[in-house]
Amino acid sequence: MSGQKIFSFPGGIKLAHRKEASSEKAIEPLPMPDRLILPLRHSAGSAPMPIVKTGEKVKKGQCLASAESWISASLHAPTSGTVRDIGDYPIAHPSGLAALCIVIEADGEDAWVERRPFLEDSARLGPEATQRYLQGMGVVGMGGAVLPSHVKLSKAPGISLETLIVNGAECEPFITCDDRLMRERSDEIASGIIFLVELLGAREAIIAIEDNKPEAAAAMRAALSARLETTANDIRVTIIPAVYPAGSLKQLIYMLTGKRAPAGVLPAQLGVQCFNTATIHAIWRALAHGEPVISRIITVTGNVNRPGNLEAPLGTPILDILRYAEVRPETDGCLVGGPMMGFLLPNYDAPIGKGANCLIARSPEFFPARAPESPCMRCTSCAQVCPQGLLPYEMYRWSRVKDFAKVINYNINECIECGCCSYVCASSIPLVQYFRFAKDEIRTAARKKEAADKARERFEFRQFRIEREKEERSLKLARAAQKSAAEQAEIAAAVERVGSSGATTREHGEKA
Amino acid sequence: MNPFSAPYLRRPIGLSHSMNLVLLALLPGILVYMFLIGTALIVQIAIASVAALFFEALLLYLRGKPVRERLSDNSALVTAWLIALTFPPLSPWWLTVIGVFFAIVIAKQLFGGMGQNPFNPAMIAFAVCIIAFPALMSQWPTQGLALPFLKQLEIIFDLAPRLDALTSATPLDAIKTAMKTDTLQESVQKLLMSQDLYGTFAGRGWEWVTMAYLCGGIFLLITGTITWHVPVAFIASMSAISLVCWLFDPSRFADPIFHLFSGGAMLGAFFIATDPTSGSSTPKGKIIFGAGAGLLAYIIRLFGSFPDGIAFAVLMMNMTVPLLDLYCKPKVFGALSSLPVKREAPMNEDKAP
Repeated sequence: MSGQKIFSFPGGIKLAHRKEASSEKAIEPLPMPDRLILPLRHSAGSAPMPIVKTGEKVKKGQCLASAESWISASLHAPTSGTVRDIGDYPIAHPSGLAALCIVIEADGEDAWVERRPFLEDSARLGPEATQRYLQGMGVVGMGGAVLPSHVKLSKAPGISLETLIVNGAECEPFITCDDRLMRERSDEIASGIIFLVELLGAREAIIAIEDNKPEAAAAMRAALSARLETTANDIRVTIIPAVYPAGSLKQLIYMLTGKRAPAGVLPAQLGVQCFNTATIHAIWRALAHGEPVISRIITVTGNVNRPGNLEAPLGTPILDILRYAEVRPETDGCLVGGPMMGFLLPNYDAPIGKGANCLIARSPEFFPARAPESPCMRCTSCAQVCPQGLLPYEMYRWSRVKDFAKVINYNINECIECGCCSYVCASSIPLVQYFRFAKDEIRTAARKKEAADKARERFEFRQFRIEREKEERSLKLARAAQKSAAEQAEIAAAVERVGSSGATTREHGEKA
Repeated sequence: MNPFSAPYLRRPIGLSHSMNLVLLALLPGILVYMFLIGTALIVQIAIASVAALFFEALLLYLRGKPVRERLSDNSALVTAWLIALTFPPLSPWWLTVIGVFFAIVIAKQLFGGMGQNPFNPAMIAFAVCIIAFPALMSQWPTQGLALPFLKQLEIIFDLAPRLDALTSATPLDAIKTAMKTDTLQESVQKLLMSQDLYGTFAGRGWEWVTMAYLCGGIFLLITGTITWHVPVAFIASMSAISLVCWLFDPSRFADPIFHLFSGGAMLGAFFIATDPTSGSSTPKGKIIFGAGAGLLAYIIRLFGSFPDGIAFAVLMMNMTVPLLDLYCKPKVFGALSSLPVKREAPMNEDKAP
């Protein structure tokens, strides 16, 4: 509440928020669908291993797949029922490809497993046990990146945590799920923040909320001031200007701390850690109530009759949610995530996952068709709005002619794909599309080069080995030849000796 | 067309938007010009516009590009208007058409069209015509000459004889001649004060036209159509060099105000040197570009053999653009961190510049 200094990042754009359709709609639970499809790969990192079999009865909250490596999280049953299948189903991914999923048929009882809160144990067993617990509860980043949260609770060696940032910016248009969560469940979020501050030993915590969500900020402030006697740490709510992409990790860190994170540098290395509000809510539900992550709040909006914020079980097919929101007939697609960084759903049967914060039914009314692409005239409006200080028109120019060495020289690895450049482009060039293509080509080339390097190394070693063996053999042969020559010489000498002595004997004999 | 991937939102502002703003910003200058110098300007603008649209459409068709779609961005009109404004108002119609031909066909479309031209098309038109037709391109109407509109039309369409009496030296010409002849009794100061030709501070009539260009330029700045870098650097460098010369010898050199408000200085600073395609694109590059153009324009004005130096100054700076853009890259956001920046090695070293 004090006069927090806000650093303003370069570029950024003001977008029409379009949040009013759903921002005043309270969170309502979605009726349990008959069938839930749970993709095993539900987080960044590796997929957990299934520990249930087809036909097995499971209870709500029962672990279905258990994390085996560090960057991985467990998966749980969102309701009680029967495991119907473990197989490939279409998932919510821009490629539209199928992936391994566990399918559960709900029995309608919604019966919980025994829940064991961990709060007291956490204080007793320490941070590492808490990390393992959260991994076992399937807590992942719910802002969209779905990085397992326990990974972010590890500190960078030798760097103490200065600032814990709670990301309540929600900077993309249409999305209101975090706004509603902060308004309705501020108590749980505040408890979670205070817990994390203590666990991580953070010097301060900043809850960043964009200035278009005053109710959420007021709710968070009220919830914190009710609890702040319990902690001596500096925990505050900071209003940030609603400039897209204020909620982007690097930009948010800079706004609040003035620290800049180049590509490849983790926030922890800067003494900062950042969690989404929904993630903190999930952490608190897991710790205080023993509930794993089995549902999430999702905004349904766009071309629907009943926009709103739904608490949907994970694995709910997107079609069910769209039907519930009464999607209008002229809808021509559905976006998952925001309109700036989300993707167009290729298959409506795909289920929602832990990172799905918004569904937008698309129609020409909400998304007018783009003008046809015209040539770039280097007006540099893209560079003026780039929050990373890049030159998109140069990256575009060289991506187009596939000169990727130059694209790298224009720092494409720093591009966060926020879409500001494409948004402002007067020539209607889908710049980010070109950059995704270039990044992919660069990655592929790097992989190929690595493979080629390895192959060359192997080949060179083989050549070396063959050469060495040849040398060894010839050396051996030479030695053998030398040896045999020496032996021959010895034999010859012996024969000589014997011969001459024989002759002598003979002579002697003759003489005798 | 819908994009295949995010972002799905787009600002509903196309290329024609900024072009239309530029045309709008030229209007005050055009009106003052017509009122003070000659109503025939409107005819020149019409000739240039028709020729530009014709050549642009023809070349787009020949190049197999979508004609209607590309023509509607209005960039050809901007070029046409700038040509009309930089050519003498009574120049024959065919001279304007030749200028437009060189601008649109040679300088723009043959280099790849919109966004690909290395040189400012309007200034190519000016440079070609002033070299090929120096006499015609130097025929500026005598100040205060009040020819009836029909008479002006007749001259433009070669229906009436061009009388030498109709044209006279521009203020810039007079100053240059005075400086070169070096006759001490005709010091620049005296010249400026003695004759009606020079108006209040920079040539009668012209000072108000350039003032109107300045207003249009400020409008472009406010609407965000251009950035401040080029005009500010242009005006600053021209002021600085003329101030130094003027302080050094006021009897031989005119003061900065005279230079800024005569000839094409304001038009150059706000409308010509700010062309995004042929100019530098980075903030630092724009500053160097603008400053260089202002400096060169002043030098050409004083020592060159042409009436004004804007065209050649801008064209010369256009040549430096690839180099400027390469060496004036802004720092990326993350590079300013105190942490060492880890970079991936370029894929093929030999291709990297």
